[in-house]
Amino acid sequence: MQDFGQAFSQAFALVAGGDPDFLQVVGLSLRVSLSAVALACAIGIPLGAALATLRFPGRGIISLFASAAMGLPPVVVGLALYMAFSRTGPLGPLGLLYTPKLMILAQTILVTPIVTALSQAAVTELVREYDETLRAMHASRFDRIGTLLWEGRPALLTVMLAGMGRAFAEVGAVMIVGGNINHVTRVMTTAIALETSRGELALALALGLVLLALSLTLNGAVMILRRPEPELAHGN
Amino acid sequence: MATDARILPFRPTGEPLPAAIRAEGIRITRAGRRLLDLATLSLGETGVTALLGPNGAGKSILLRVIMGLVTPDEGKVWLDPALGLPAFVPQNPVLLRRTVRGNLRHALALAGVPRRDRTGRMAELLVMAGLAPHAETRARALSGGERQRLAIARALAATPRLLLLDEPTASLDPAATAAVETLIGQIAAQGVKVVMVTHDRAQAARVCSDVAFLNHGRITEHSPASRFFDNPASPEARAYLAGQLLL
Repeated sequence: MQDFGQAFSQAFALVAGGDPDFLQVVGLSLRVSLSAVALACAIGIPLGAALATLRFPGRGIISLFASAAMGLPPVVVGLALYMAFSRTGPLGPLGLLYTPKLMILAQTILVTPIVTALSQAAVTELVREYDETLRAMHASRFDRIGTLLWEGRPALLTVMLAGMGRAFAEVGAVMIVGGNINHVTRVMTTAIALETSRGELALALALGLVLLALSLTLNGAVMILRRPEPELAHGN
Repeated sequence: MATDARILPFRPTGEPLPAAIRAEGIRITRAGRRLLDLATLSLGETGVTALLGPNGAGKSILLRVIMGLVTPDEGKVWLDPALGLPAFVPQNPVLLRRTVRGNLRHALALAGVPRRDRTGRMAELLVMAGLAPHAETRARALSGGERQRLAIARALAATPRLLLLDEPTASLDPAATAAVETLIGQIAAQGVKVVMVTHDRAQAARVCSDVAFLNHGRITEHSPASRFFDNPASPEARAYLAGQLLL
């Protein structure tokens, strides 16, 4: 227990002291995950909105695929990308294996279905609420989608935060395609796995504290955003 | 002003129009139940027309057919192109999660009002709806009557000549109802044709110039309001005005 106590105090010291290696791992994690979430939102939110508002061939299949892919196992995605980008793989010449770029791609693949499916559900609810009013206002289809996305920004921010939660917690895919190389591709989750296996609990705990703080912040943000707007401040 | 095929399912093809709004042979059946079975309906280009009748008579769906939001199984609706695009306010209008001003700004943008004209037009609408003191209030924090007036003001953003209202005062208290009725009167006085659904016969008598009475999807009578209330022609209307339930 004393070792654990020491590990905790060292972990707090690492967090408070701003150790360069520690900060580098945290910084790379943020860069990889935020980039992946940004890409996933750029693809998933318009796609989800299109699935909710438009009728086009293949819509059902895309919708089904997005829902099914929400539960994609990260290690399977990592393995597929590893095979594609390894030296003998079809995309090997691009030289992306064991780089942050491929880690971003892996997380984008994992997060995009979540953002797409949740955006579709959110926008479908909005269509139910707003469609007649917007059609009565002679809004074009483009204007209707734009209005729905703007009106749905609390729900879509929640979607984005859900994607961030997935990205920050992900370890299997980035471990395989990044290789957990120190100062190059080591991120918080892979570092925690490594340091724990080596018995270096202080750094693992410090990174865990940062992950927990991120998780709490994201959940707090979701709760604030989900607070319903006050309605009917007074009567008739 | 040209009509819009997307909004209006049927367009005049050059033949002379006997009325500003004309509906013929409108039939709508859902799940084996005839919701509308309308022979003809002709409405002039001014005044306030009440679509009056008991619940389930087909009033709201007729309004949506005129608006082009519901396509009938059979029949045609003609709108005089001079009326421009109609405006519609549903019974429970959805207001955007913005301020009163934000709602009007959005409506003016959708209506294609040039940016330079929006501020002036917004001020007019706020004053007309009696909402100038609430311009910066969140729309969803308004009272029921204020919400309804905002929805009507928003519908007027495109300066329509035809305004369709579905139960504009349902569940409002007398003061809020009076404010909405006053607003409807002001709008009609500006030459806008108003067609409103109501099941409140007293309101129809107060506000409307003519009444189309619907029962079981059919218009049994369409006459000037004074004649309708003094001497209704159809047995259904007589029974309704006598307070009987129309089964």
